[in-house]
Amino acid sequence: MFSFRRASAIFLRQFYLMQGSPARVVPLFAWVAIDMVTWGFITKYLNSVSGSGFNFVPSLLGAVLMWDFFTRVMQGVTMTFFEDVWSRNFLNVFATPLSISEYISGLVLSSIATSSVGLVTMLVLVTAVFGLSFFLYGVLLVPYLLVLFLFGIALGIVACGIVLRLGPASEWFIWPIPALISPFVGVFYPLSTLPAWMRALSRLLPPSYVFESMRGIVLKRPGSPYALFWGAALDVIFLLLASFFFSAIYRHAVRTGLIARYSAESLS
Amino acid sequence: MTPKVLSVRDLRKQYGATVAVDGISFEVNRNEIVGLLGPNGAGKTTTINMILGVLEPTSGTILVEDLDIASKRSRVLERTNFAAVYAPLPGNLTVLQNLRFFGLIYGVRDLSARIETLLKQYDLLTFRDVKCGVLSSGEQTRVSLAKAMLNQPALLLLDEPTASLDPATARDIRIKIREYAAAGEVGVLWTSHNMYEVEDVCDRVLFLSHGRILLQGDPRTLPATHGKETLEELFITVANEPERA
Repeated sequence: MFSFRRASAIFLRQFYLMQGSPARVVPLFAWVAIDMVTWGFITKYLNSVSGSGFNFVPSLLGAVLMWDFFTRVMQGVTMTFFEDVWSRNFLNVFATPLSISEYISGLVLSSIATSSVGLVTMLVLVTAVFGLSFFLYGVLLVPYLLVLFLFGIALGIVACGIVLRLGPASEWFIWPIPALISPFVGVFYPLSTLPAWMRALSRLLPPSYVFESMRGIVLKRPGSPYALFWGAALDVIFLLLASFFFSAIYRHAVRTGLIARYSAESLS
Repeated sequence: MTPKVLSVRDLRKQYGATVAVDGISFEVNRNEIVGLLGPNGAGKTTTINMILGVLEPTSGTILVEDLDIASKRSRVLERTNFAAVYAPLPGNLTVLQNLRFFGLIYGVRDLSARIETLLKQYDLLTFRDVKCGVLSSGEQTRVSLAKAMLNQPALLLLDEPTASLDPATARDIRIKIREYAAAGEVGVLWTSHNMYEVEDVCDRVLFLSHGRILLQGDPRTLPATHGKETLEELFITVANEPERA
């Protein structure tokens, strides 16, 4: 039976690690703050030189904020998992009553907390310094965040599976994942800019629907709200596939003994 | 209540052509400390990992208090715990944080009081807010043992628990574990390469070699039964046995 107490232990452990650890706390808000300041000034500059009257702040800065939120959610999951990798703690953790669903729930709880810090930092900065009002998006802001959040969780779980399967050194495969996806989901440009084969892939990626919808609102050409439902439905599919993927990797690790000898990276 | 805490039947683990554990069967009863002895690579740790549910057997069954770990993993592991010299607790958490973290996972009731008792019992009060990574290896072993006792397990697995302890501390630990096994309805499976310790602590020993149990019995009488003077002499003889086809 699922135990929230056991899942919350993973979150509590992450909280303990954050206490008095600037190396863990500062990145929660520093990089997103730097991103917001950089893109805030870029959008201001673009506004001043374009002369078209088009306001780049809500379309570009808003999109960068949303994309940063997505990457923080994904990293919130992976960083919590990496704590067990770095401290070689798999044997201690997985030889307990903790189930895989409880463990993943713990990773998600930690991600909610850490990504919220980044989100609040970004919202305060872009509102106070660059005058970006999220009232522009109205109630759609909630499904935007939700779709990106769920996709971030799904990718985070997949990333954990990859590291569990390939060993600690494979964490370097994980960091570029958001950058690899970003061209396909149209963070900075409409999907119509992409060639047909890239657009076909975009349709399978939930964030595409968020960024298209955001642009539609800024350009006063709101698209179909059903598109966001489709994005959310894709999220659910990705979450199920990600959970299945991680469970399969975990079962393989238990069958082969990799959990007990994880630092060896492989058993061959 | 069944007298058996642990019941292992025809347990086998094979990696490709390599057989690590070859169809072993044994039991651990309540109030009993069973020593699992054997040379390096005999299959002791593989056996313990299978009992802990972190390694899937190729075949065979493991029952803890009559519950099969294959189907009742969480319930079995709520009643089990372990300490192993190769599994120190995370060094970036303090002693208290580690015990609280694992206490929550094991569902320990009245956790704060239980932690205080264990800190006193394992002489860790002065280290409660010290990160485990800066403790000496002996102190880290005591923290691992405190973790292993958190949920007052019915089955306690100890893989070379005193390997990094000085003789005085090792003796104290042995006394504590013997008291624990005698007082509660618990069984202990203990691996060690220290034959003096095994004779002192274990009620029964199993000699494992090449994944098979070759001998078992009372460690105080077993050497004489096999024409040896000491348990260490018997161990060396068993360790040098060629692998049987």
